Amino acid sequence: MNTVLVVTTMLVFVTMLMALVRALKGPTIYDRIVAVNVFGTKTVLVVALISLLKGHSDLVDVALVYALINFIAIVAVLKLVAMGDLGKAGEGDITDG
Amino acid sequence: MVDWLIDALSWFLLLGGGAVGVFGGLGLIRFPDFYTRLHAAGVTDTLCALMIIVGLILQAGLSILSIKLALILLFLLFTAPTASHALARAALVDKIEPQVDTDERRTPSSNT
Repeated sequence: MNTVLVVTTMLVFVTMLMALVRALKGPTIYDRIVAVNVFGTKTVLVVALISLLKGHSDLVDVALVYALINFIAIVAVLKLVAMGDLGKAGEGDITDG
Repeated sequence: MVDWLIDALSWFLLLGGGAVGVFGGLGLIRFPDFYTRLHAAGVTDTLCALMIIVGLILQAGLSILSIKLALILLFLLFTAPTASHALARAALVDKIEPQVDTDERRTPSSNT
């Protein structure tokens, strides 16, 4: 059983490495944001996998909070990049239309 | 017998989820422009999380742990497509052109 969990964790780590490569060399800012989004989602999965691997069921709470913070961070960074200001609204907003 | 079946299904889901994640990362590196990369990342993100967390729920059994895992899955299933949509929209508003077929671009008047 543990072997399967370790192999899955390694596969997710490989994916995180690939996302890091794209985040470092992506030509546009949006490529980097996609890569960071993938990295964050995979972090949630790694924390959940490690919590079952080690039997520390408290760690699942960390994964739960990380999933929420990751989403908020992506939308906030996207708004900051698109509008130049977190409080601004109007033409070209990511949430209009 | 039933235990063995649940274990086998959970192994299949965990390893399949890991493989789907690696394919998504490969697409994130290899695809040519932003929108195709967003497609690779957005689609595999959801499926990878779904398979791995359902596999973990099958391992955890019926407890508070599996309820928390199901809650993580619920959040991810809502937030991953929303983030992808916001990203595609922001890139489109920022006038990032989708890459079209390069053969037509090279010979614009050959077949008209």
